[in-house]
Amino acid sequence: MDMKERMSGNEAVSYAIKQINPDVMPAFPITPSTEIPQMISTYIANGEIDTEFIPVESEHSAMSAAIGAQAAGARSLTATSSAGLALMWEELLLAASNRLPLVLALVNRTLSGPININCDHSDGMGARDTGWIQIYAENNQEAYDNFIQAYPIAEHEGVHLPVMICQDGFITSHAVENIELLDDKKVKKFVGEYKPEEYLLNPGNPVAVGPYSVSNYAMEAKKNQEIALENSKAVILEVAKNFKKISGRSYGLFEEYKTKDADYIMLIMGSAAGTAKQAVSELRAKGMKVGVLKLRVFRPFPAEEIAEALKGCKTVAIMDRCESYNGNGGPLGSEVTSALFRNKVMIETVNYIYGLAGRDFTVDEAKAIFKELEEQDVSGRKVEQYKYIGLRT
Amino acid sequence: MDKGIEIRWHGRGGQGAKTAALLLADVAFKTGQYVQGFPEYGPERMGAPITAYNRISADKIRVHSNIYTPDYVVVVDETLLSSVDVTAGLKKNGAIIINTSKSREEIAEKLGGYKGRIYTVDARKISVETLGKNFPNSPMLAAIVAVSNVMDRDTFIGEMRASYEHKFAKKPEVIDGNMKALEMAYDVIEAAMEDDKMSLSA
Amino acid sequence: MRTDVSKINEKTPHGELTEGLMIFAGGSSKLFKTGEWRTNTPVFHADLCKQCLLCAPVCPDSSIPVSEGLRGDFDFEHCKGCGICANVCPFGAIEMKEGVE
Repeated sequence: MDMKERMSGNEAVSYAIKQINPDVMPAFPITPSTEIPQMISTYIANGEIDTEFIPVESEHSAMSAAIGAQAAGARSLTATSSAGLALMWEELLLAASNRLPLVLALVNRTLSGPININCDHSDGMGARDTGWIQIYAENNQEAYDNFIQAYPIAEHEGVHLPVMICQDGFITSHAVENIELLDDKKVKKFVGEYKPEEYLLNPGNPVAVGPYSVSNYAMEAKKNQEIALENSKAVILEVAKNFKKISGRSYGLFEEYKTKDADYIMLIMGSAAGTAKQAVSELRAKGMKVGVLKLRVFRPFPAEEIAEALKGCKTVAIMDRCESYNGNGGPLGSEVTSALFRNKVMIETVNYIYGLAGRDFTVDEAKAIFKELEEQDVSGRKVEQYKYIGLRT
Repeated sequence: MDKGIEIRWHGRGGQGAKTAALLLADVAFKTGQYVQGFPEYGPERMGAPITAYNRISADKIRVHSNIYTPDYVVVVDETLLSSVDVTAGLKKNGAIIINTSKSREEIAEKLGGYKGRIYTVDARKISVETLGKNFPNSPMLAAIVAVSNVMDRDTFIGEMRASYEHKFAKKPEVIDGNMKALEMAYDVIEAAMEDDKMSLSA
Repeated sequence: MRTDVSKINEKTPHGELTEGLMIFAGGSSKLFKTGEWRTNTPVFHADLCKQCLLCAPVCPDSSIPVSEGLRGDFDFEHCKGCGICANVCPFGAIEMKEGVE
C-alpha cells in the first residue's frame, strides 16, 4: 500500500534502497551522507533486506568495491558526500568507461577548503565530466523518486552507465518533511531483477572487464560512451513516464514552473528551487511575469531543450551553487550560455553564485534577483554578468 | 506555503531542541498537516547554541531556507538570553516561550524591549517532578502547541500518548511521567493565556 | 553478447566495438600473434634438455607447450624472443639466435 509519511531526505533514500534490496553496498561514512549506510546497516541487521554491506576503509575502496561487485554481476551502490566523492575520482571514471550501471546516492556538500560540512554543489559539479548520469532533487520526495528510477535508467540496454542521485546536504538530507512512499511490491516490480547478459561470475562465459586499450581503440570507446550518455536522455524520459503510472508524479529533464509567459526565468537546481518557486508565486500575485526552470537532469545536459524552454523570455538568471574558479562564472553559467548560443537563442543572462558552503538562500533574495532583472530590462542599466548573492560586502 | 506558521527553537547542543522540533513535526504530520522540521545545519557540539526550525501549514511547503521572521520562538535554555538575540525577527503578533523559573515580568527585561507575548514554563521543574530528570523537551513541546494552537489539546494529547506508547514500548513506566509533563506544561500556558484574555477584556 | 575477437581490429568502426571495450570471450590472446614482434629467436636443443621444466613457467607468453610432463618445441606464433627461458635453463638447452627464424 502507498503510504503518507514524514521523513528526512536521507531516510527517504534509505527507504528506497530498502525497497529495492540491492545486492552489494560498500560504503565509508562521511557527513552528511553517513545516515544512509547507517540505516542500510540497520535494515540488514534487522533482517529486512539481504544486501551485502562491505565496510571499507575509504571511499576509494568503496567505489572500487562497488565497481568490482557490479562487474561480477551484482546490483551495487554506495553513498557519499564531498571529499568522499573526490576520493572516488579515479574510480568514477572507470565505473562509467566500464559501462557499469551502479548507483551512487550523493548528498551534496561543499569541497574543502575552507573546510566546511555544509551544502553546495561543488562535489557533484566536480564530478560532472566523469561520464555519470546526474539527477538532482528539490526535496525528500524527489530524492526518493529519483532513486527508484535510477536502476531502470542505468541498466537500460541503450545506456549501461552509472547514475548519481543527488540531494542537498542537510537542507533536504536532514530536514523532516512530508513524503508519499510507494508500496514495496510496486517498487520491486518497477525496478525489477538485475539480469545482466554478461558478468564476471558466470562460469563458462569468461569476460575481460576494463582491458588496456591502445590509442587505436580508446577514442572510439569514449565516443561510444558519449553516445550512451546521449541515449540516456530518452531513457530517462521513458522511465519517468513509467514511474508516473505507478506514482502519479511527473518528472522530466527539468521542471518548468510558470515559465510559459515569463519575462524573467530563474534557472536553478536542488532544494533552492522550492524557495525560488515561492518567490515566483509571491511576485506573480503582484503581476510580475516570472518563472522557474528547475534543472533535474544535469548529465546528460539538456542543452537544446533548455534553449527551447528559455527562448521566449527576456532574461534568465542562471543560479550556480558552486564556484568553478574559471574566472568567468559557475558551471551552469558556462553550460547554459553555451546552450543558448549554440541554439541561437540570444536572450540576456546573468550568472549568480549563491549558497556556497551552506550560505542560506531566501525567498527575499530570489525576489530581489527577479527585480534586478526587471530593472536591467527597463532601465537598460547592465547588471554585472557574474555576481555573488548573499555575500557580505 | 502562504498560510501556516513558522517556529524557531533555541537550545544548546545535547538538550534536545532539534529532537523537540522533529517531535513537533511528527505530531503535526499526524493531524494531516504539511510539516518541516530541521536543525540549523552544522557540526554537533555539546553545549554550543543551536537553532532548529519548524514550518507547519495546510498547504504544501516549498521553501528551503532558515526562518528569519518566525511566528513563535521557543527557548529551551534561558542562559541563551544573554548570548543569543532570541527575539530577532519575531513577529509582533507572535509569541516567545521560555523555559525558566522566572516570571514573565522578570524575563521581559531580558528581551531587549520585545513587545509581543511572552510565556514562561518551568520545564526543568516539571520534568524533574514527573520524570525525575531534567528533560525539558516534553514540557516545551506542549507549551508551543498550546501557544500556537497548531492542534487542539485533546488531539495533541491523544497523538502524543500513541507516539510514546510506540517509542517507549520497552519502558512503559516512563509513559505516564511524560504524559503528565505534557499536561502540566499545557496547564501553565492555558492559565497564562486565560490571564491575558482577562487583562485584555479589563 | 559473446565477442568474436577475430572480427575486431584497428580498422573496426566505433559502432562495431564492444561496450566498454570489454571482451566477452575467453582465451582470446591465442588469436593475437605476438610472434611477429620477435627480433631474437630461441633455439631448442632437445639433446641437451633434461626436461626439468624450469623454462615453461617463466615464459611470459605461455609459448613453451608442455604435454604429459614433457616440453616440446617453442610456439613461434606467440614467442616474442625475450630470452628469459634461455637465461633460466641450467643445461644450455636453449640458445638465443639473432633474427627471426
